[in-house]
Amino acid sequence: MSILSQLMEKPWPQSNGATVLKAGPSISRTPTEVGLLFFLASITGLFTLLLISYNGRILLGNDWVPVPDPTILWINTVILIFSSIAFHRARKNARASKVTGIKKNLLVAGLLTFGFLAGQTIASLQLYELGYYVSNNPANSFFYLLTSIHALHLIGGLFVWMRTQYRAQLGIDLSKITVSIELCAIYWHYLLVVWLIIFVLLLTT
Amino acid sequence: MASETVVIPPAELPEVELYHAKSWITKYVFSQDAKVIAIQYSGTAVLIGLVGLVLSWLMRLQLGFPETFSFIDESEYLQYVTLHGMIMVVYLLTALFLGGFGNYMIPLMVGARDMVFPYANMLSFWIYLLSVLILVASFFVPGGPTGAGWTLYPPQAITSGTPGSDGGIILMLVSLVFFIIGFTMGGLNYVVTVLQARARGMTLMMMPLTVWGIFVATILALFAFPALLVASIMMLFDRVLDTSFFIPMIYEMGEVIPREGGSPVLFQHLFWFFGHPEVYIVALPAFGIVSDVISTHARKAIFGYRMMVWAIIAIGGLSFIVWAHHMYVSGMNPYFGFFFATTTLIIAIPTALKLYNWTLTLWKGNIHMTVPMLWCIAFIVTFLNGGVTGLFLGNVSVDVPLSDTMFVVAHFHMVMGVAPIFVIFAAIYHWFPLATGKMLNNAMGQFHFWVTFVGAYLIYFPMHYLGFVGVPRRYYEIGETTFVPPSAADLNAFITIMVLIVGFAQVVFIYNLLTSVFSGKKSEVNPWKATTLEWQTSEFPPGHGNFGDELPVVYRWAYEYGAPENVDDYVPQNIHPDKVARKPIAE
Repeated sequence: MSILSQLMEKPWPQSNGATVLKAGPSISRTPTEVGLLFFLASITGLFTLLLISYNGRILLGNDWVPVPDPTILWINTVILIFSSIAFHRARKNARASKVTGIKKNLLVAGLLTFGFLAGQTIASLQLYELGYYVSNNPANSFFYLLTSIHALHLIGGLFVWMRTQYRAQLGIDLSKITVSIELCAIYWHYLLVVWLIIFVLLLTT
Repeated sequence: MASETVVIPPAELPEVELYHAKSWITKYVFSQDAKVIAIQYSGTAVLIGLVGLVLSWLMRLQLGFPETFSFIDESEYLQYVTLHGMIMVVYLLTALFLGGFGNYMIPLMVGARDMVFPYANMLSFWIYLLSVLILVASFFVPGGPTGAGWTLYPPQAITSGTPGSDGGIILMLVSLVFFIIGFTMGGLNYVVTVLQARARGMTLMMMPLTVWGIFVATILALFAFPALLVASIMMLFDRVLDTSFFIPMIYEMGEVIPREGGSPVLFQHLFWFFGHPEVYIVALPAFGIVSDVISTHARKAIFGYRMMVWAIIAIGGLSFIVWAHHMYVSGMNPYFGFFFATTTLIIAIPTALKLYNWTLTLWKGNIHMTVPMLWCIAFIVTFLNGGVTGLFLGNVSVDVPLSDTMFVVAHFHMVMGVAPIFVIFAAIYHWFPLATGKMLNNAMGQFHFWVTFVGAYLIYFPMHYLGFVGVPRRYYEIGETTFVPPSAADLNAFITIMVLIVGFAQVVFIYNLLTSVFSGKKSEVNPWKATTLEWQTSEFPPGHGNFGDELPVVYRWAYEYGAPENVDDYVPQNIHPDKVARKPIAE
């Protein structure tokens, strides 16, 4: 039943006939999935406001000097796409209960994420060495701000990944690992989309 | 009478594994039980709230008796203003309504054993505590806490010359960042528990309005706090890394600082995109709690339950499109102001609907003038008074001359200071027996109520007048002006004396709380004869896991009071229809 029709129900007794009580949750997903969806909605607000501020700052000041985008950002983007694909494959293997496939793809996904973070760090260092300091220009400030907030979210995800990886190596309870992998996959896909939007914005401004 | 057929379906989701504490530390300190976390949240919020209260006394001493207290100088006065505002709005009201009442009431009222993510819930409190400690630490850094005003407007918040621009502002912003992270962990718990972990039969529209208020307020917070987070992080960059997100070209101490192009108004937009929903983050739980307490103590079903729910949702949605009414004097396009004035006035419709419904609930009810009921009635009147001055300030042409005067101070203290605090008191007097098994002392409760209620009006009504004659807010000392009459000084002294008297009543309240916990009269089970599930637990006060072996099953809404067909005055939500004594039908 949709949330809207749940909100239209009348709470007082309807008739003298049989009453069938309603069981359970309002959204037909597990509590952790619903929790993740609300979390993603909340950080969508965060990134949206950052991007609005980004555009607002370009329009409001006339001191914007675009940052040259380091080539390594393209490589990082490809790495993050592959990391997302690896999570997708881990999810497929988890649904099919293939333990070796889970372990392999999970490991690859995590390592690629570390690779992405290392690449982002290198990109920042390259800019820094070229003299694009954080305070020189708002374009520089936003470059460091956006990439670091995005990276922090990935680092948060890596904590969950580490726990899942540890459990997968120990080989305990497949159902629990499956839940974690499902959630990680959604989270990684989401952060990939966020990165693509940030990247396009960095390239075009 | 033939018994009604009730079909009870099996639970769709398995019961959550309950974490059982193995030691004293995990039971009472690093606890994962929502009820313990609620007490921890409430205790911390009240303690830091007392700091905020003392700061208000210091401010009033200066305003009432200028040039009397040598220990208050200009900088310190501004620091008191700032910290008082920030503590009361964020660290007291938000934390107490959502972290305190949310944690305590949601699982009990929806018939769950605990929150769905107890570990994240525990982390939520400890990160909140950390944020409070960082805030308190700012009192002890060189230069003291920030004195930028609770809105923290740049550029003055971070430029030298503003009190606390060294370490104070940094700690303030870091503290807010931690508060938001901690809140998000708790907030996800409240939302998901309400949506997914309700007992069988507890449909969304069977939930008590308390849960509705906290639920919608939490959703608002999950969407509004990111704006404050973005603003805080960007201002931290501006302060620590010398960026210029919000800093325009500016002279500081006679010299141009090496920055340009930043937009202070951008900060204002971000801040108020959080700041206005924040008003309703505090007000919606209050609306919910008042509805339930009024219904219980007037022995009458809440009038227009569905309208009440829809009004809560409508107010929540509208609260996101009114923020710029805080910025009419920032030089905005008049059409922009027109839009925000219109949306602001539209909010009055669902809000007025709620006020009518509370009044109609009282109409011909069997009103028990208990202490919680007195607070609720006081809330209705106060929220109306504060709301009406909001209509004045929502209109651009009226707001512009009144902007930054004491009228604004009086308005927002009535509507989101005094009114929600009245509900907090109502809730504490109402649910204290549930949490402790003891009753609060009634005589002290009556004293606390009457002094606070009358006192609050004697403080804030004259303040509107001060605003009308042009007394500005956030001024250390008015001095001699051509427009403020000398009598304003007498009025200020009077307000200060009233503040101290009302402050004394709060000391009595704290004394009542502490003595009643240890030596209060023992409460009977369900002393207010309420229908909601929190009073129907197997143990009283409710123990770990809330409901004994079996989770309750809900057969009706929370407002079955004084129904003419029933023998009893009230029927709890979890009583099977066959067990309800009905009056014989007259032939």
